[in-house]
Amino acid sequence: MRKSWWKILGVLLLVYTFIAGLLIEVPRNPQLQETIRNLFFHVCMWFGMMILFIVSFVRAIMYLRTSKHIHDIASRQYAGVGILFGVLGYVTGAIWMSYTWIDPNKSIFDSFDTIAREPKLIGAAIALLVYAAYLVLRDSIQDMDKRARISAVYNIFAFAMLFPSIWIIPRLLDSLHPGGSDGNPALDPGSASPNMRLVFYPAIAGWTLIGVWIATLKIRIKILYEQKLSQ
Amino acid sequence: MKKLITIFIFICSTFLTNAQNVEMADKMKENGKIYVVIAVMLAILAGLVLYLVRIDRKISKLEKNK
Repeated sequence: MRKSWWKILGVLLLVYTFIAGLLIEVPRNPQLQETIRNLFFHVCMWFGMMILFIVSFVRAIMYLRTSKHIHDIASRQYAGVGILFGVLGYVTGAIWMSYTWIDPNKSIFDSFDTIAREPKLIGAAIALLVYAAYLVLRDSIQDMDKRARISAVYNIFAFAMLFPSIWIIPRLLDSLHPGGSDGNPALDPGSASPNMRLVFYPAIAGWTLIGVWIATLKIRIKILYEQKLSQ
Repeated sequence: MKKLITIFIFICSTFLTNAQNVEMADKMKENGKIYVVIAVMLAILAGLVLYLVRIDRKISKLEKNK
């Protein structure tokens, strides 16, 4: 194993998250009850996704500056793991929402009608689809240098799309999701108590480190694969 | 005025009782069953991490062999 201290750190932080995340005192919120602990898992997926996308964006710029093939491979793999984290964030959010946002006084259909209009869900869906298009675009180009250059440029565009779709517009509009027009959906969710941050911030770091670990493994496999092809 | 104060106290008291009566998994903590959940989650985490470590080792070996 290569340079393993941060991998161990990531695992330890996750162990801490799993233990403290279930045992820590949480506010007694009548709507959320114990599900408030999902903060340590669901929200961290989105954080991991954003950080991985930032790394992917930086590697894309580095590729355009240096034309070194390694940056292209890294950019692609970080984006891939970022999309995985985003999908996991979406799935966990869908489960959490089904138990906290459904209005018992309305039919399921009417409840879903309001949920489907959520600006955060739409914004996140747009962001993920833009990144999915990155994979499609990449794989549709045969020439290696052309593929690397075009996908690096598209990666920068996809990253720029994150700003309106998940960082700006959802914060301007009212929604059932915490942190609509009244604050921050990520770092300071309204119903979380200050002591939850003792678990929340380490959880973000832990999940992100695991994501980076997976991405580095994929990069190393890809490099081995290409070396074998060129032999 | 008196009416307003009673209404205010009434609202406050409903909030207070609300905060007390929120149903949480207190029993699970009391009888320690929450530790079972933690054990299961840690087992899954351990399995996934061991899997990652094995992949990492294998890749390192391949990188050395080339």
